[in-house]
Amino acid sequence: MNTQAIDGPKPLVEARDVRKRFGANLVLKGIDLRVERGQVMCLLGPSGSGKSTFLRCINHLERVDGGRIYVDGELMGYREHGDRAREMKPGQIAAQRRSIGMVFQRFNLFPHLTALENIVEAPVGVARRSKADARTRGMELLERVGLTDRAGMYPAQLSGGQQQRVAIARALAMDPKLMLFDEPTSALDPELVGDVLNVMRDLAKSGMTMIVVTHEIGFAREVADQVVFMDDGVVVESGAPTDVISNPQHDRTKTFLDSVL
Amino acid sequence: MTDEIVSTGKASPLAPGLRTAGTHDVAATPLRHPGRWVAATVLIALCTGWMFSLWRNPNIEHLTIADFLFDGRIVRGVLLTVALTGCSMALATTLAILLAVMRLSANPVLRVMSWAYTWFFRGTPLLVQIVFWGYLGLLYQTLTLGIPFTSIQFASADTNVIVTPFVAGLLALGMNEAAYASEIVRAGLLSVDHGNVEAAHSLGMSPGYTLRRIVLPQAMRVIIPPMGNETISMLKNTALLQLIAVPELYTQTSWISAQNLHQVELLIVASAWYLVLTSVLSVPQYYLERRYGRGTDRSLPLTPWQRARRLVSRVRTRVSQVARTDATTEGDA
Repeated sequence: MNTQAIDGPKPLVEARDVRKRFGANLVLKGIDLRVERGQVMCLLGPSGSGKSTFLRCINHLERVDGGRIYVDGELMGYREHGDRAREMKPGQIAAQRRSIGMVFQRFNLFPHLTALENIVEAPVGVARRSKADARTRGMELLERVGLTDRAGMYPAQLSGGQQQRVAIARALAMDPKLMLFDEPTSALDPELVGDVLNVMRDLAKSGMTMIVVTHEIGFAREVADQVVFMDDGVVVESGAPTDVISNPQHDRTKTFLDSVL
Repeated sequence: MTDEIVSTGKASPLAPGLRTAGTHDVAATPLRHPGRWVAATVLIALCTGWMFSLWRNPNIEHLTIADFLFDGRIVRGVLLTVALTGCSMALATTLAILLAVMRLSANPVLRVMSWAYTWFFRGTPLLVQIVFWGYLGLLYQTLTLGIPFTSIQFASADTNVIVTPFVAGLLALGMNEAAYASEIVRAGLLSVDHGNVEAAHSLGMSPGYTLRRIVLPQAMRVIIPPMGNETISMLKNTALLQLIAVPELYTQTSWISAQNLHQVELLIVASAWYLVLTSVLSVPQYYLERRYGRGTDRSLPLTPWQRARRLVSRVRTRVSQVARTDATTEGDA
């Protein structure tokens, strides 16, 4: 309702007062964030600060307990009835998620399918594209992440970095308007991190809207349009990377950056 | 065998050199296991003795066994046993998947229904359930499809027409087995990494699609070995249907022996067939396990056929190598 009142083009993602609790533990204490189209936002913060939980709330992998998240003007996971929001049926939520790609820390490739089959599964089975088209597009995406020669291999036969690049290609195969990255390089050997970051850098250059939870400060400084520092379920500080990373205003941000840099 | 061929061809000229070099070394002899040889000999002796006693036993007419092994009634019984096993396992597996999904569902009504089903069918003897289904006609003369407490009826039929002995046996075995198999399926579903479910959801797959295409195929790897066990158990449990006169293998043998009084011979006939059938069952299981093991091993194990072909080609190359080395040594001499 207020979304229409805000001037200018609508942001692609808008979170308003998002709250989430696990039992008695309040993990998100009212998050307000906006991501414009084509922007890259990096979420930084110590573990347990709620940044991954917030990311998972965006595509409703976690149910929010309060507040609203809009993606492209659409309320995620709920249907508004006046003041109340009623949770959608699983099928409707699934339909909403199709335009949001997600990449996980532990890759989560389907182990019983080859790299190409992993990529093709959702476009064919969910988006009802023809098998031939999906395979052609799948091979294009594998080329984009530099793994054309690994198309027929099973995840167990790939290195961590290769698996993560396949996972990125799999998410891109649904032509998402938004990509969520949940610590995509944290489970990788240091020497493999670079390949994955390169793919993400290219993706950002191509104009994809991205929200990235990461500990790679260098990547955030270079690629992000907006850096958000979270701690203990709240946004401590946000702004351009030059401000937040190079010239932090809050003590909490300073101590965190000192410890990771 | 091939190794010996190679060693006689190659190693003999080297052997003297090896022996002189080895004089100061400690000769390495692998641990001997004389006990194994003794045990194997004793066992073979015992088995042969037992076989001999069976063969010489005047109470067994071996010709009768041979006569009935491929008797028309026995063969028909075997076919019915196979059909019953196949159909009741199909029924049981379908029901089991349904029950397992219900048990894991967020819906408390479904959870309780699944629990109650398992509680009842696992908690009463299979034999009792078979008799119950077999004599269903005594409990309900007619089966009616309609709305309870009203006079609205859609269809009605004589119980004994619908629930024939075959159907009764199928329902009894299948529904009982489903209760056990549902726990196997549930264990399989729980074994799949939850991250895979989240990834599927994030791609916009519905819960049903995720179950069918992502979770079940992975769960199969865990489900198949114990289900193979259950199938073998089911095959033998069909013998219990003799009680409600389903003309399967064991019923046929018991009918024949009731006439000719060759009980022991016909029991041997039945046992031989059960052994053959259970042995044959392990073949499809091997291939199913191989099929659903894709992706978990870095390379698939070879099928017995592939292994045989590889062995043949290996022997062939060895033989040709040996032939070649022999030819060269002869030429040198």
